[in-house]
Amino acid sequence: MKFSEAWLREWVSPALETQELADAITMAGLEVDAVAPVGAIFEGVIVATVVAKSTHPDADKLNVCLVDDGSDEPVQVVCGAPNVDIGQKVPFARVGAVLPDNFKIRKAKLRGIESCGMICSASELGLEEGRSEGIYVLPAEAPVGKDFRTWLQLDDHTIEVDLTPNRGDCLSLRGMAREVGCVTGTKVNEPSIAPVVARNNAQFPVGVSDGERCPRYLGRVIRDVDVTASTPLWMCERLRRSGIRSIDPAVDVTNYVMLELGQPMHAFDLDTLKGGIEVRRARENERLTLLDGQAVVLNENTLVIADHDRALAIAGVMGGEATGVTGETRNLFLEAAYFSPLAVAGKARDFGLHTDASHRFERGVDPDITRPAMERATELLIAIVGGAPGPITEVRQPMHLPRRPDVELRRERLSACLGVRLPDEEIHRIFRSLGMASSAPGQSWRVEIPSWRFDISVEEDLIEEVARIHGYNQLPVRRPQARLSLAADDEASQPLRRLRRHMVSRGYQEAVTYSFVSPELQALITPDGVSPVLANPISSDMSVMRHSLFPGLIKALIHNLNRQQHRVRLFETGLVFQGELDELVQTSMFGGLICGSREVEGWFSSRDGVDFFDLKGDVESLIALSGEADAWSFVGETHPALHPGRSARVYRKGEAVGWLGALHPAIRAQLDIKPEVYVFEVEQDALTQGVISRFMPLSRYPEVRRDLAFVVNDEVGVAPLLDAIRVRAGEWLTQWQLFDVYHGKGVEQGFKSVAMGLTWQHPSRTLNDEEINQLIADVVEVAQTRFGATLRS
Amino acid sequence: MDHLPALVNEARAAIAGAEDAQVLDQVRVRFLGKKGEITALLKGLGQLSAEERPAAGERINEAKQALQRELEHRKQVIEQAAMQTRLEAERIDVTLPGRGEINGGLHPVTQTLERIESLFQRIGFDVAVGPEIEDDFHNFEALNIPAHHPARGMADTFYFDATRLLRTHTSPVQVRTMQSQEPPIRIVCPGRVYRSDSDLTHTPMFHQVEGLLVDEGVSFADLKGTIADFLQAFFERDDLDVRFRPSYFPFTEPSAEVDIQCVMCQGGGCRVCSHSGWLEVMGCGMVHPEVFRHSGIDAEHYTGFAFGMGAERLAMLRYGVNDLRLFFDNDLRFLSQFN
Repeated sequence: MKFSEAWLREWVSPALETQELADAITMAGLEVDAVAPVGAIFEGVIVATVVAKSTHPDADKLNVCLVDDGSDEPVQVVCGAPNVDIGQKVPFARVGAVLPDNFKIRKAKLRGIESCGMICSASELGLEEGRSEGIYVLPAEAPVGKDFRTWLQLDDHTIEVDLTPNRGDCLSLRGMAREVGCVTGTKVNEPSIAPVVARNNAQFPVGVSDGERCPRYLGRVIRDVDVTASTPLWMCERLRRSGIRSIDPAVDVTNYVMLELGQPMHAFDLDTLKGGIEVRRARENERLTLLDGQAVVLNENTLVIADHDRALAIAGVMGGEATGVTGETRNLFLEAAYFSPLAVAGKARDFGLHTDASHRFERGVDPDITRPAMERATELLIAIVGGAPGPITEVRQPMHLPRRPDVELRRERLSACLGVRLPDEEIHRIFRSLGMASSAPGQSWRVEIPSWRFDISVEEDLIEEVARIHGYNQLPVRRPQARLSLAADDEASQPLRRLRRHMVSRGYQEAVTYSFVSPELQALITPDGVSPVLANPISSDMSVMRHSLFPGLIKALIHNLNRQQHRVRLFETGLVFQGELDELVQTSMFGGLICGSREVEGWFSSRDGVDFFDLKGDVESLIALSGEADAWSFVGETHPALHPGRSARVYRKGEAVGWLGALHPAIRAQLDIKPEVYVFEVEQDALTQGVISRFMPLSRYPEVRRDLAFVVNDEVGVAPLLDAIRVRAGEWLTQWQLFDVYHGKGVEQGFKSVAMGLTWQHPSRTLNDEEINQLIADVVEVAQTRFGATLRS
Repeated sequence: MDHLPALVNEARAAIAGAEDAQVLDQVRVRFLGKKGEITALLKGLGQLSAEERPAAGERINEAKQALQRELEHRKQVIEQAAMQTRLEAERIDVTLPGRGEINGGLHPVTQTLERIESLFQRIGFDVAVGPEIEDDFHNFEALNIPAHHPARGMADTFYFDATRLLRTHTSPVQVRTMQSQEPPIRIVCPGRVYRSDSDLTHTPMFHQVEGLLVDEGVSFADLKGTIADFLQAFFERDDLDVRFRPSYFPFTEPSAEVDIQCVMCQGGGCRVCSHSGWLEVMGCGMVHPEVFRHSGIDAEHYTGFAFGMGAERLAMLRYGVNDLRLFFDNDLRFLSQFN
């Protein structure tokens, strides 16, 4: 809602400066977005009249004019505007005047002719955006010699208020004035609106078949109008200062009344209407071309204003092209109606529209303002376009008009909610100032709700009104009381915070990437994955929900590689979305990516690039936080985005919970990523589960270590071999170290040597050689029989 | 026997001349070893007469002890010199940087979320989370925002179909918590939220923390106290001005926007606060009885307050970040500034 401060002050004028007034409005809950002067800063501009005009002897496009500015002698000015003419009233900048941007007017010669001042255009005075066509021609009654600023009341501001959707009652000067009066304790001068006496009996029949949606419809015929008349400057200016362009008198007046009283109206060209008005639901697939030229197909949910032939307008949203007022219009049919918010809600949006009318009707227009608005509009209109008004036709179905039941406010509840007991007089003062009648205080107040307050229906709404007008910042400040109670704390689980910090200490930066990704990238990474697709994405490359953390991490990698960041270590936590909407699973994932050199570049470091085991080491250390590393395993499996020989599925207690591997070289090639990239993602729940540490007594007896080297086929995984050996090595095995994996001289092609150290210790005695030898024999036996391993001599 | 002085002199010269431990040991062996020259003199005492023997033995022993002391002294000198040489050889440039991985860092939004969570956890709030793909009921209906309500226009929603959407706030988590728990309820709900808006000051995804306290006798005064305490604690400014401005959210009544004195200009007026001296940082209010009704809580018996804030906005103010979009570019040069 945008309006002129001067206009508001005609209604209510508290003794406050502009900014103080704006602050008061803001603190009442009507947030002032902007306060801007209605015109640019200038001085020395006078209303003048052009008394003579001749073409410049040396320039076809220039005129030499004589201008009477009320001083003794007419002044000679050279003017380049094509529309300048004798008899016009114009804003004239005298020599010495200062125009916007500190543009000083001096005596000058233009192609040899002296020019003593300047006839101004609207844009030169900051009254119009862009560049005006020609000079600003003022109405004939403009007083010559008067200061232009003063005459146009340009020392005014446009105040723009960002209204919350509940305050539809403030979408007018009348509504704003009520609020300002209330919060500043200033009397509001509501102009009296007298009924316009009908000058003929002309009426146009009105029928309303959907009284629920249109409980009140007023129409009035005005005959013999001249719509070519100009809207008076004062009205144009008020509209301009409220952000509305002047179109023609009929549109301007309906807009003016909408701004003034909050009632959207519409003017039809009576001679284009057939038979009578019918307010009804549209027929399925009924067509209508709107005022903005858009052709729409209506449905049975749309309330329309129709005549006996066709739909004319979408009720409360926009009129139709065919029946609008034009320069030819001789007879008008004016409409003022009350449409219920439900009748209009969502309708404009259905057709991609948002109009001043729909904005108001959706939020609720005062059902008692319909008739005053009709009278006001008639009065203003005939003052401009002449004509003879007929009587008002009104169709009213009172049982459908909004009822505002009284609301009860319990004293107890008010005090409990605000944390303070306000005096009765203060509460009464507040209700009075809001136009709400209230009963004498007892245990509660019974409060009558005014017709314009669509937002008040329950006790809490009244509590807010009391708090708001009393002042939120005048209310007490306390701290909530609560019983101290210890909450359970699961010691076994790892908080996400710890996991994150662990990654940080291993050199990873945390990334936050969008949850929606490009379908092309996703198809490349998880071609078989299904995830929900947005119906209204912001752009096509953010249209599908991520199925994995990989696409986001890879996109972040590319961003950094493109900015000469070659060593990238990122991790991210967040939901991934898997499955069709109906079987959707939203899982918290923990993922990471590494690329570039293994070590930070430094005086000590090698330049080796990262490999699988760098990332695996990081993942294992993350897993180890749980104290349950044994529950995890890595199994070579293939993933469409990963190198088949360098990828592993991650299992916890036999359940697949993630992936780890090298990004597939073909995908790297497609994404133009040169260096090798390793990625992982694991379900967060798997990582956060753990066990509580358990103490084992320390043995006082010596430990025995034996080192063994086996030669096995390359196909044999070291982890299963080691697992089997550990089981077979018995309960006294306390440590095991894999200390070498060797290919090459001394080991047959296709085989590898795996060397490990096994350490035994008995809790309560010394182990003897025989026992150890037997254990080693067992270990060798299992390695041989299950893995075809031979002990290396 | 007579040559003892000469022998001692010779030994002294040899000790003084020994330049390392090995040579010194050879000197020791030569004079004081089992077959050493001084030892030989002691062995020769037996040939002397009983009268001569004690005096001669004493002289030889004195000489031996003196030589031993000198040997010991010389040994220490040699060892010290050797240590000195070694230390000199082992000198390094201690100004070189240390070896190993450098720390990464948490995303500034995470840091902000964790900070907010911690402040509320200290006064007994739990952290609650929920799904991001939500249904119309939990995101709107249960929060007193029926279909076609103009308030739906306050947040442009990403939809999947007629009823499923990306949550526009973390309020659905509050609804889910109220449905499943009895008061007292004290929770904060951090997480990603989504709105179909993308320009200089909006990203289609951002983070919110919402809070909820439901108990007997909770008042607007408690809300004001909690919010003011939180903002002063978050910005570590005991004197930070906080004001409450009436506003509208369908799920709270009364509702308020919360402004703080601009933390950039201390309220003097700057570009960040549009020269008003105030910054809008959060919204809050008393839980609307309709929300309680949808969540199965008796609004006559319990009251509560709720609040919500944008994590990016607070992070920008706290760390001085001037472009919202940087949070989601994941540029290492940006992220590493918060390590």
